[in-house]
Amino acid sequence: MTDNRFFNRSELIGILVLAVFLVVVLPLTLDVFRLNLVAKYLTYAFVALGLVICWGYGGILSLGQGVFFGLGGYCMAMFLKLEASSVENTKIQSTPGIPDFMDWNQITALPFFWKPFNSLTFTIAAIILVPGIFAWIIGTAMFKRRVGGTYFAIITQAVAAIMTILIVGQQGYTGGINGMTDLRTLKGWDIRPDHAKIVLYFFEVGCLFVCIMIAQFVRHSKLGRILVAMREKEDRVRFSGYSVANFKIFAFCIAAMFAAIGGAMFALNVGFMSPSFVGIVPSIEMVIYTAVGGRLSILGAIYGTLLVSFAKTSLSETFPELWLFGLGGLFIAVVLAFPNGLAGIWGDYVQPRIDRLIASRKSKPDGWTDSSVADGAPAE
Amino acid sequence: MFGDYSLGDLGSIFVMQGFAGLILFSVYVLMALGLAIIFGQMGVINMAHGEFMILGAYVTWMTSNLFQSYMPSLFGGYFFLAMILAFLASGALGMLVEWVLIRHLYKRPLDTLLATWGLSLMLQQAYRSVFGAREVGVDLPQWMLGSLHVTDSIEVPINGVFVMCLTVLITIAVAYVMYKSRWGRQVRAVVQNRIMAGAVGINTEKVDRYTFGLGCGIAGIAGSAFTMIGSTGPTSGQLYIVDTFLVVVFGGAASLLGTIASAFSISQTQSTLEFFMSGSMAKVLTLLAVVGILMLRPQGLFALKVRK
Repeated sequence: MTDNRFFNRSELIGILVLAVFLVVVLPLTLDVFRLNLVAKYLTYAFVALGLVICWGYGGILSLGQGVFFGLGGYCMAMFLKLEASSVENTKIQSTPGIPDFMDWNQITALPFFWKPFNSLTFTIAAIILVPGIFAWIIGTAMFKRRVGGTYFAIITQAVAAIMTILIVGQQGYTGGINGMTDLRTLKGWDIRPDHAKIVLYFFEVGCLFVCIMIAQFVRHSKLGRILVAMREKEDRVRFSGYSVANFKIFAFCIAAMFAAIGGAMFALNVGFMSPSFVGIVPSIEMVIYTAVGGRLSILGAIYGTLLVSFAKTSLSETFPELWLFGLGGLFIAVVLAFPNGLAGIWGDYVQPRIDRLIASRKSKPDGWTDSSVADGAPAE
Repeated sequence: MFGDYSLGDLGSIFVMQGFAGLILFSVYVLMALGLAIIFGQMGVINMAHGEFMILGAYVTWMTSNLFQSYMPSLFGGYFFLAMILAFLASGALGMLVEWVLIRHLYKRPLDTLLATWGLSLMLQQAYRSVFGAREVGVDLPQWMLGSLHVTDSIEVPINGVFVMCLTVLITIAVAYVMYKSRWGRQVRAVVQNRIMAGAVGINTEKVDRYTFGLGCGIAGIAGSAFTMIGSTGPTSGQLYIVDTFLVVVFGGAASLLGTIASAFSISQTQSTLEFFMSGSMAKVLTLLAVVGILMLRPQGLFALKVRK
């Protein structure tokens, strides 16, 4: 029964279609502004991907993914902000060489926890490790005591609330409600012009595929099977001699790290980071991306993220009143009618038809995959 | 941090901050009572609880406007009618929501969270469309204004005292209904063992619906009381929802006494800290303490010992 490959044939096709869609179709059809928007949406796809592992497979609903997104984003933003606050750039301040918001808050020296962020190596390590360790602490404290389910969801939500209040309250150290704005260069390379945005987009898509591969690996390994078994019958897995808590901690940590990578990408692509991506509301929105895409589907989560974010941008621009009704209705509809989201609809209705189509047209095996799947998947 | 105050001043500060904490405590208790019934007893995570509370607040606001324009002579007593109306409105909406939404989701508690979050978004937008985005406040009747002078340096506002008395009365009423009445016994039976409760002839669906309605109705009363001490906007409910959940979880989900004890400790800690540091840091420290204690003692302060 064990097959050690990362993916079976249809998953491989799905990943290739997504790759073609993200690497070829979107950059060719969209202008730089729209492509940058897609890059912004894709940063949430990292979070959604983590939630598929943690929530879909592990059954652990975390309502605090915004915290990890924020930790990753703030680590990246701190590095970029320090680079943007060189002594020449900030010579009009009363203390040159520190970020502008610190100067506004009468702080005269760089706080100690900012200092290591002068190094890019440290920053990259911190983006992964800080949220990972934080998730490990929370996970260990909760799962070792067999706290799970709704309690865990509420505690993570409280953590998200604490984090937002803390960031907003400690204005001098974090930039407060405005966050860290005016990020300019990465190691002297300007991240603001159009060509930089395109490079960053491709870099982000590359990272996303690395994460997809990791998720696929987890899912197809024995680990993934234990996660599913744990979700379905926790006690039986425990009695079989597995340490349920450790597997849960692992799933939670990997989701946190994915979210953090997404946050770091956000800071790079969008050029700022603020507490409005940390709190309760964004954290729940990230869960809904996963739910709409399909909590059991790695690719579905990415399509779901793109679709919901796109709908949010376009609807909230034109019909701001309708948008909240739409989003609320979407939550309810997904939960009541389509618990497996878009991927469920795809698997239940579209896939069988395609299979029948292939069966009837065995003579023409080419020419159907790319067009029908690429058109079909994002639009349901 | 105590250096600049004399002992007498400190005493007064603690009493006055303690009293501010008691008002916060009243709001927490009123909100948490409804939630303790819905979450603690039924296991439904109702993220729209804050919006049910705000519905009560808006009903109170409308009633006060009605009295002001048509029966100014009776204005002093509008609040009692408003409270009943708030209870009925929120309770009726709650029963409708239970029938449409919640009853399909009893087996999937995490999904109730998502669905009710969607509901809360829709309700917020509905309030914004109907009542406008600006916050509204009610005019208090004459007898509720002013404050009582206890000593020279200590004075307490009358509306606060009123809200506290109200809280005590409602808590006693809820405790009576849940633990002494026949209906409360049915609720607890359904919660502890749904199948057996059904087998002995309890209509579990009906009990579920009325329980949910009761929890939402109490949230409506909480909203009504909330208008006494603050103004109401479409998103005011969201500010309290996480705190309220923490109160219920911290207290031990199925225990009314635990809910009250945890509401008391959380509100007192927060309001006492608020005097010595910024409001946001006070809140962070309080919430951190609660989360920290919950990590050490996940079952909450008062755990109900039930064989699962």
